[in-house]
Amino acid sequence: MAATSSSPVSRTLPRVHIVVRDRGRIVLGILAVWLLLWVFLRGMHTLALGGAQLTSVHHWFNNLNDVIGANRNSNPVFLYFFNYIRLFVDEFVIFVQSVIAQPSFGRPLPLIGWLGVVALVGFVSYAVANIRVAVLATAGFFVLGLQGLWRESMDTLALTLAAVIISLVIGIPLGIWAGLSDRFARLITPVLDFMQIMPSFVYLAPLTLFFLIGPASATIATLIYAAPPVIRLTAHGIRSAPHDTVEAGESLGSTRTQMLTKVLLPAAKRTIVLGVNQTIMAALAMVTIAALIDAPGLGKTVIKALQTLDVGTAFNAGLAIVVMAIVLDRVTTAAADRGRRRPNRIVLLAGAAATVFAIWLSYTYLWAAEFDARLDIGSTIVLWAGEATDWVQSTLAPVTNGIKDAFTWVLIDPLQALLADSPWWLVAVAIVAISVVIGSVRAAIVSAVCLGLLVATGLWSDGMTTLASTLVATVFTMVIGVVVGVWMGRSQRADRVIRPVLDAAQTMPAFVYLVPFLALFAASRFTAIAAAVVYAAPVAVKIVADGIRGVSATTVEAAVASGSSTWQTITKVQLPMSVRALTLATNQGLIYVLSMVVVGGLVGAGALGYDVVAGFSQGQLYGKGLAAGIAIVLLGVMLDRLTQAAANRTQRGGSR
Amino acid sequence: MKRTLAVVFTVAGLALTGCGGAKVGESPGGGGGGGSQASCGEFKIAINPWVGYEANAAVIAYVAEKNLGCRVTKKDLKEEVAWQGFGTGEVDAVVENWGHDDLRKKYIDEQKTGVSAGSTGVKGQIGWYVPPWLAKQHPDILDWNNLNKYAEMFRTSESGAQGQLLDGDPSFVTNDEALVKNLGLNYKVVYGGSETALIQAFKQAEERKTPLIGYFYSPQWLFSEIKLEKVKLPPYTPGCDAVPEKVACDYPDYDLDKIVSKKFADANGPAYQLVKNFKWTNDDQNIVARWIAVDKMSPDAAAKKWVDENPDKVKAWLPSSS
Repeated sequence: MAATSSSPVSRTLPRVHIVVRDRGRIVLGILAVWLLLWVFLRGMHTLALGGAQLTSVHHWFNNLNDVIGANRNSNPVFLYFFNYIRLFVDEFVIFVQSVIAQPSFGRPLPLIGWLGVVALVGFVSYAVANIRVAVLATAGFFVLGLQGLWRESMDTLALTLAAVIISLVIGIPLGIWAGLSDRFARLITPVLDFMQIMPSFVYLAPLTLFFLIGPASATIATLIYAAPPVIRLTAHGIRSAPHDTVEAGESLGSTRTQMLTKVLLPAAKRTIVLGVNQTIMAALAMVTIAALIDAPGLGKTVIKALQTLDVGTAFNAGLAIVVMAIVLDRVTTAAADRGRRRPNRIVLLAGAAATVFAIWLSYTYLWAAEFDARLDIGSTIVLWAGEATDWVQSTLAPVTNGIKDAFTWVLIDPLQALLADSPWWLVAVAIVAISVVIGSVRAAIVSAVCLGLLVATGLWSDGMTTLASTLVATVFTMVIGVVVGVWMGRSQRADRVIRPVLDAAQTMPAFVYLVPFLALFAASRFTAIAAAVVYAAPVAVKIVADGIRGVSATTVEAAVASGSSTWQTITKVQLPMSVRALTLATNQGLIYVLSMVVVGGLVGAGALGYDVVAGFSQGQLYGKGLAAGIAIVLLGVMLDRLTQAAANRTQRGGSR
Repeated sequence: MKRTLAVVFTVAGLALTGCGGAKVGESPGGGGGGGSQASCGEFKIAINPWVGYEANAAVIAYVAEKNLGCRVTKKDLKEEVAWQGFGTGEVDAVVENWGHDDLRKKYIDEQKTGVSAGSTGVKGQIGWYVPPWLAKQHPDILDWNNLNKYAEMFRTSESGAQGQLLDGDPSFVTNDEALVKNLGLNYKVVYGGSETALIQAFKQAEERKTPLIGYFYSPQWLFSEIKLEKVKLPPYTPGCDAVPEKVACDYPDYDLDKIVSKKFADANGPAYQLVKNFKWTNDDQNIVARWIAVDKMSPDAAAKKWVDENPDKVKAWLPSSS
């Protein structure tokens, strides 16, 4: 999954040059001064806030929420605007559901049964991609039936499709606009950051106020998180259209519309399809969250199973999400491949005929409509997953607890003490100074603004605790990213074996593996970190592997020929030459880790994650939850801009 | 050419096999049931995310469907979202409510969209619990006065030098931070953050005989597997929890009740009558919850089993006319 480009990335930072030598030493100096001051000032001005304590900002957010709730039935904005959006989205989702998922039009079953859907998926995959992918897609969807989760899967697919289609209808035009206009791009980038980093727990409850409980709210919640990638990538595709093509178009006297439809869009097509891919993946990532507001489908199965710690059932449903994600990913990735052969027209026609026939069969006959419950591998998966979990929990728990204690003592506690126990102004000054040194003046300004706003949210102390965990998780992520990434980058075979595992780790809902993690590491910050690493490491691994592979083969051969050992080739040639990939991997790792803060709050990380979860659960803490969500966004924007600036700098080769 | 042939064969094969078999909609489906009392209409019941609630809801839904002929829609929602649904007409009833004075104030007193529909008969308890092995080994741990003696034992990586008091599900009100402070206990409240985290912690503690003290509540299906022991705190007296920062007493016993939307109550249909009359005991709920959580029965099947075994109790809930 080309997750590389999905995160908040601002590509247009103006480059402010400051010449600084020995940056590493200066950063160490700053840290040394910080540590020294910490010894004296520890515990002062830490801005700590108790679990149930609220600030005036939190109360204000609460009131806002109440006012909206009380006026929703009389306010014209609701009557004439939100209600119509709701009506439209509801109808759309229900229509898709009635075609593939739910009983409809007076029938006990949906219009198209399993055979029709499987045939259709295979045919579409062949038409837009190739025969190999089509076989994979057909097999994948068949497995969903074997798992005994056909209806749930189709509900999930219906909701995902609806959210993706609406995302594309809104997102592609916006992306084109952002690609053509710098001013619009500058305007929309922070909005997209907000949509992607703001934890969805914060807006789930208010959404049901605006759009009621039902498919509309679930779809819109999904849409908020899933639309940004396609907007960003469309803009990126338009912007990076090759200069000579654009010039050729201009010299031929094309109008603006011609320019767009004949030159820019075709040139950007591949990037836009990647954007579609990322949007689909993001939409699937919301399946379990949306189930909290009654979204139908696999997410419900996962959440219900966890109420009774039934890991087997949760795993089976999670696996269905993984299967669906891998199929949709492979199909869209293959569709974006420039070198693919056009499908054979005769086969296409025959395939279309067969598909129509299969759809008719599945409309008419019971055996093709309803998946035969006797073909069942689901219960075996449930059993095995359950037993495997029990075994792991009882065998490893004594060891893993020690590991947790050691890491907490050596890494997490000291870092948290430094960040959360220092006076807030000291931390702020130190971070801004480091931003100047490793990033740019502009990045430092962003850091200063974000930190200032963080103080205003009233959650500084929780923010620092979360920041400490985030940094530790990113370090782990990068260690795994470099080790596995180098291995994959150097060996095609390793790549082939590991990549599906990475895909699974990325798309398996975190809720599924939280239960065994809780058994292994108890409710603790370490558990939260471990969960975040599982989710974030695959992205880092993929980017590093990509970077290593990008190092020119001749350079590597030259190094080997001149007698370098494997270790030397890696450390002296391949890693230094993929510095850009490493910084990008760090950036993405950070953002992915940050998106797991809330999940961390469910397993003992406390701090901002817990604030958000508690805000979702308890009315009087809503304002605090919202503030915590904003704090997470602020941390995200700050870390993103800082690593971006650092990456830009290394790219210019100014680092040494 | 070969490929075309293959396609033709597949199509032919499909056509041959496809001509047999039952047709969709032909078979006499179970839809409808005993829908003779058509007056019930649609009944939208919220499903809050814990098993005890699910047990209440499953039985009510089953009776509403079978005996009253209602079309029941179950909606999986957290408490706050469910209460919000009273005003928008998306939710008719919440059938197990744990206190929630904040929600009562907002939706019953201020917005006037919800009303109470009386007790479910189930008594809820919140408090501090320890796993049974620990209570057996150190019987005096069940009195809060002795907790400081054991603080050392409860230390974890999260609580530093103090003992850890594991708090959990953010859905419930907790006074634990204030309690620890006001009772002068050498403990730190650590937020597990979810019911899952709490259950897993207690399960592990009992299996591996590790020390643990934490916030928990009954009725809860876990009690059918592990009989957690409650630690005695200074007894609750009315008003002793009035000021959140000054609380130094146990949690009150909760009379778990039902809340319905005002519109639903005013319409006074058979489904409302059923919800209003519904009343059973902790034991009743525990057994159904156990079937769902431990024996992995579907809520509907568990409800059917209980209803079949307890026709007299069910009869008392039905609207007087029928």
